[in-house]
Amino acid sequence: MEVDVVNAMVLLANFVVVPALAYGSQLALGALGITLVYGILRFANFSHGDLMAFGTMVVILLTWQLQAWDIGLGFLPTALLALPLGIAATIAVGLAADRAVFRFYRLRRSAPMVLAIASVGVMFVLNGVVRVVIGPDDRSFSDGARYLINAREFKSLTGLAEGLSIRTSQVLTLALAVIAVAVLFWFLRRTRAGKAMRAYSDNEDLALLSGVEPDRVVLLTWAIAASLAAIAGTLYGLDKSFQPFTYFQLLLPMFAAAIVGGIGQPHGAIAGGFLVAFSEIALTYPYKKFLGYLLPDDMRPVGLVQLLSTDYKLSVSFVILVVVLLWRPTGLFRGRIS
Amino acid sequence: MSGNARAAIGFGVVAAALLSIGLGQSWSVSLAVLNLCLISAVMALGVNIQWGYAGLFNVGTMAFAALGGLAAVVVSQPPVHEAVSAGGASLLLAAGAACLTVALISLACRRLPAGALRTIAVVLAALAGYFSIGAFFNPAVEAIEAVDPSSTGYLGGLGLPIVMSWAVGGLFAAGAAWAIGRVALGLRADYFAIATLGISEIVIAVLKNEDWLARGVKNVTGLDRPVPYEIGLQRADWFQDLVHSLHRDTLTGLTETESAALLRELVVGASSIFVKLCYAGLFAAVLLVVLLLSERALRSPWGRMMRAIRDNETAAEALGKDVYRRHMQVFVLGSAVVGVAGAMLVTLDGQFTPTSYIPLRFTFLIWVMVIVGGSGNNLGAVLGGFIVWLSWIEAEPVALWAVATLTAAMPPDDPFRVHLVEAAAHVRPILMGVILLLVMRFTPRGVVPETVGRQRPLSS
Repeated sequence: MEVDVVNAMVLLANFVVVPALAYGSQLALGALGITLVYGILRFANFSHGDLMAFGTMVVILLTWQLQAWDIGLGFLPTALLALPLGIAATIAVGLAADRAVFRFYRLRRSAPMVLAIASVGVMFVLNGVVRVVIGPDDRSFSDGARYLINAREFKSLTGLAEGLSIRTSQVLTLALAVIAVAVLFWFLRRTRAGKAMRAYSDNEDLALLSGVEPDRVVLLTWAIAASLAAIAGTLYGLDKSFQPFTYFQLLLPMFAAAIVGGIGQPHGAIAGGFLVAFSEIALTYPYKKFLGYLLPDDMRPVGLVQLLSTDYKLSVSFVILVVVLLWRPTGLFRGRIS
Repeated sequence: MSGNARAAIGFGVVAAALLSIGLGQSWSVSLAVLNLCLISAVMALGVNIQWGYAGLFNVGTMAFAALGGLAAVVVSQPPVHEAVSAGGASLLLAAGAACLTVALISLACRRLPAGALRTIAVVLAALAGYFSIGAFFNPAVEAIEAVDPSSTGYLGGLGLPIVMSWAVGGLFAAGAAWAIGRVALGLRADYFAIATLGISEIVIAVLKNEDWLARGVKNVTGLDRPVPYEIGLQRADWFQDLVHSLHRDTLTGLTETESAALLRELVVGASSIFVKLCYAGLFAAVLLVVLLLSERALRSPWGRMMRAIRDNETAAEALGKDVYRRHMQVFVLGSAVVGVAGAMLVTLDGQFTPTSYIPLRFTFLIWVMVIVGGSGNNLGAVLGGFIVWLSWIEAEPVALWAVATLTAAMPPDDPFRVHLVEAAAHVRPILMGVILLLVMRFTPRGVVPETVGRQRPLSS
């Protein structure tokens, strides 16, 4: 067989590009929340993963109720209908946590480390609440059409040997992420409140002198971070599956994304999210078949040509984090320095 | 109230709780809780050395506990000769190749001027290293894991007494901490926290997946014991005589068969208590040694320097203190203490199960212990270990009891009641979070506050 570039590209798109685009969008939405809280409230929020789990849990419970009432969205997952209420509940929890825990330390101007440890306490509580309400097991809540393009249909349509399957959840993830990010950037750049937030992030004292109301900025920050967390969590749950502990494990890639992009920088968080997702998937994908299409017969690889076992995908985000920090300590987009 | 009085009251409460468990449930349960309290206290001391002395926010405790546990396997298990001869040599070659790669890369970084040439050299060395390590490593692993995979499939250990692994566990953890510190200690405090969190997950992933090392998720069970086995005690004459003499009053006045049956029952119960007492003695000895050494270190000029660095890094640096090296020192020392505790825990369990290492239990819970007890105060960390472990372990039965009482009127198969009973186990993290938040808010210096120095990071 001769060199077959088209099939090789389809193969790569199917197993690397499409999944990484979806996963990268989920990471980016989560990292945006982390980076906003870091930039404006000035602490590393360890409870963000469990905030995502909480939002997803609310969405799942509502979805089940809607499914029981036979209310759906046709080929789209019912979870979309439940999402607004899930966002509202997550915002309520974020604000409650701020009121009960973080506000006290903020007003005393405690060290960032103290707030980070307090966020560990919040993480414990949220984690326990999610497990008490919905249990520690795998919960599935996706419905509607599973595939937008099915691998078999794609093959018969194009006549290629390789199929390209695109799941509804993947397209939905990308679409929702684009909408959320567009709205967020419009808000931060064009509205008065958004400009106040950016000013507060840049220089708290100057912003306060210029009449920026701190309580409003804090409220908006939590509202945005919690909404993004609920959206990201729901999309991740639809795309993969919902299990409370996996959301804690997302903390590392999300932090890596936020830090690598330059912490406090929204566009950095997005770039970081895609960088982490693409590296993770590209490094753990076995290239045997891909190279089989591209190389002549006698040069085909014998092994799997997998650079890293999938068991170690967590280490990818860590290595990216360390390498970028050593090479460019402020991140790709020059984040907050102190 | 002075710190010592608060510590005395705290330990009094813990003792009362252990006594009431002993009287209410059984002494065996009470001793089991005590043993884990002792191990937790050692771990808390380790974290206190890092956070309390030097203000290092290390969220990777889990990795060091697991490496200590690995030491228990590597030291005490009998060697699998077949596996060693099948893959040992190539494994050594792979390790050699890895060392060579690291040496080449560091040489390139030091000798070559920064620029494209250096980048190319480093990338080339890394690539060559990746492939040459793989060439030795992969066949070795395959050969080792093929040796009787259902019972061994790993290299085995050195076949030494397991108590030695406690020291080796400390060394393993210290070595890992040194390597991790080289990479991560240069980072800012919050990045350092994220980095250690990541490394700890990676260490656990390695332990789960590298079967040749300690069988991965297939677990190593039936580890050697530093104390006698219950069954051996029950057969030993001296032990039977001991139990007999302790229960002389209850045993007299019974018929011979009745008395023999009762004695056997008593001996079985006593053997389990005796074994746990032996463990408690060993663990308490380790705890005392670590506590005394930590206390001496804290009160020495070295400890004063550490607190100075913690309270104001810039000022300490201006006074000529090498902050990076001092941080490395406490990071290695504290991690070694956690490693010792990790080896002790695996010794107590008698098995090494990589899946049991979760951050909630092995990282964040230890943190709660230190902060609740009083960061910077060794006695406080020990007390925190006791209190927090007691509440962690007793939260589930108490929650179950509360659920049973509240839902007593419901039918037993009511779905809401079933759900509540299932959920009772998960109140643990909620309780821990609430304890942590309340302590931070209302007694930010912990139950037994630090006695030296005035400025505390948690109260500022």
